[in-house]
Amino acid sequence: MSRKIIELKNLTKSYNGTKAVDNINLFIRENEFITLLGPSGCGKTTTLRMIGGFENPDSGDILFEGVRINDLPPYKRNINTIFQRYALFTHMNVYENIAFGLRIKKTPKDEMDRRIKKMLKLVELEGFEKRHVDSLSGGQQQRVAIARALVNEPKVLLLDEPLAALDLKLRKEMQIELMDMQKNVGITFIYVTHDQEEALTMSDTVVVMNNGVIQQVGSPVDIYNEPKNRFVADFIGESNILEGVMIEDYLVEFAGKKFKCVDKGFQHNEPVDVVIRPEDIDVTRREDGLLEGVVTSVVFKGVHYEMLVESNGFEYMIHSTDMQEVGSEVGLTFGPEDIHVMKREVTEIEKQG
Amino acid sequence: MKNRAKLLAYPYIVWMAIFIVIPLLLVFFYSITSGNIYEPSSLSFTLEHYSKFFDMLYLNVIWKSFRLAIISTVLCLVLGYPVAYIISKSKQKHRSLLLLFFLLPIWMNFLLRTYAWMAILSPNGFLNKALEFFGLPPIEIMPGQTAVVLGMIYNFLPFMVLPIYTVLSKIDKNVLEAAADLGANSFITFIKIILPLSVPGIVTGITMVFMPAVSTFVISRLLGGGKELLIGNLIEQQFTIYRDWHFGSALSIILMIMILVSMAIMSKVDNNNNDDEGRTAMW
Repeated sequence: MSRKIIELKNLTKSYNGTKAVDNINLFIRENEFITLLGPSGCGKTTTLRMIGGFENPDSGDILFEGVRINDLPPYKRNINTIFQRYALFTHMNVYENIAFGLRIKKTPKDEMDRRIKKMLKLVELEGFEKRHVDSLSGGQQQRVAIARALVNEPKVLLLDEPLAALDLKLRKEMQIELMDMQKNVGITFIYVTHDQEEALTMSDTVVVMNNGVIQQVGSPVDIYNEPKNRFVADFIGESNILEGVMIEDYLVEFAGKKFKCVDKGFQHNEPVDVVIRPEDIDVTRREDGLLEGVVTSVVFKGVHYEMLVESNGFEYMIHSTDMQEVGSEVGLTFGPEDIHVMKREVTEIEKQG
Repeated sequence: MKNRAKLLAYPYIVWMAIFIVIPLLLVFFYSITSGNIYEPSSLSFTLEHYSKFFDMLYLNVIWKSFRLAIISTVLCLVLGYPVAYIISKSKQKHRSLLLLFFLLPIWMNFLLRTYAWMAILSPNGFLNKALEFFGLPPIEIMPGQTAVVLGMIYNFLPFMVLPIYTVLSKIDKNVLEAAADLGANSFITFIKIILPLSVPGIVTGITMVFMPAVSTFVISRLLGGGKELLIGNLIEQQFTIYRDWHFGSALSIILMIMILVSMAIMSKVDNNNNDDEGRTAMW
């Protein structure tokens, strides 16, 4: 395992009395592609801005290679940022934009030329040196912003929803390009997004946040397959979340029936939340299913059909390539490994009560 | 639809024709003719009014007008830029109030404001009373050029502050953060980012101060005590005292051309700043 480059310790930040970031602890390893994921207002951008030095934490520490950098202004941190709306210098051409950081460091002219040329090649904007940034498309502007940050060879690159303003096709392309670049240049990427698909596609590690609190840290596969709580299950992908009771290890009861599962380590008869992903449920003939239900809606989604099946008062969402008629009676089946059991979330209201 | 929308422009076109184009043509017409303006048949073509202008007497007047206007404009810029910068940096809730303080004088009558400066600067005015109170010798700046310049600065400063403030407050905060992110301290950020981005506001401010300053006749008459004759006073005198509409018109045309030339030079500076890639010029 490579060493920790950034550590956040008990980091807290409030705006007008509301906690945007609430006592966060997190470490980021060298060369890691880590994504802070969550809905807007979850504290992901505030966390990023504190790492960049644009916001001061109310309490807690930010360590960079083991050294506390709380009081270091942004221009003294060996970290560069790609801003959401690119924030290019509109009074300069592409070359001057990229040269900005190098000029401040008084880089010799020939070395500067060489490094900028290399960057333009990396972001595939060769020959654009003299172009005015206003005359570039969104994707090109984004790539200038990337080159402007990377040319300084920072140890850490912060990316604040850098692809949010691009259209779907370009966004997909840029996702791949960013992942390639990260591997090629060997820089730690801290990426902020609210797009769960983007997070799962690009990251080594995903940090799911909500209400200023980290909900789960893990690899994309872990986060998707083993969501820790209701929020993560709901936010990452589509899910059917049911209330159940863990009878004993490997046996859970929900929807009025007992099912075999692969989870253990709960107390006897502990109330739990059960997640079944829509693509893990198979539709069968009524008599062959574990559960019986009636199809209430079918929507064509391109690759698959999204069906709602009502069974015993609960609507199951199912993704399948086989279509069923609305109103038809069907059976639902799933395997033990498709059932994900999570500890029941104690909500704020319950806590207060 | 498109043609209907065009109809909406007609009232303004008519307005422009009646109150801008025709008067301008008339002024030009008077400037190249001589005779009795009430008897069209007596008018004849001449360029003598223009050649009359090239007399040291009048050249000195226009030189002085430009000199005082340039001094006032430069001082307005030096005083106004920091003010605009500070207001744009202040907290949102204080901004409107601060701006109001600087714009409040415009709400008062122009003449009234200038008369107030007479009361302050005159030999027996508040300034000398205050100096006397502290046992200091009186200063005599009014009537004189210093008083005229002070009057110009006071009257025109808001027109410098406002456009610069507008441009500064529109600069994306992200851009300044990007500069800091790339290693620029606040001084470098100001020199390399804020200042260049505020050039359009500076150009507008200079235009809006310089034009009224170079052609004013009220300030120079009240604070210059009739000693400091500017081009504005000269033109005013031709129409009101000497009744020489022809020479007055020629002077107006000359002043217009000179302002036009100075503005063209200004916008050239603005464009050079915005380097390559064809940007549309103001002129």
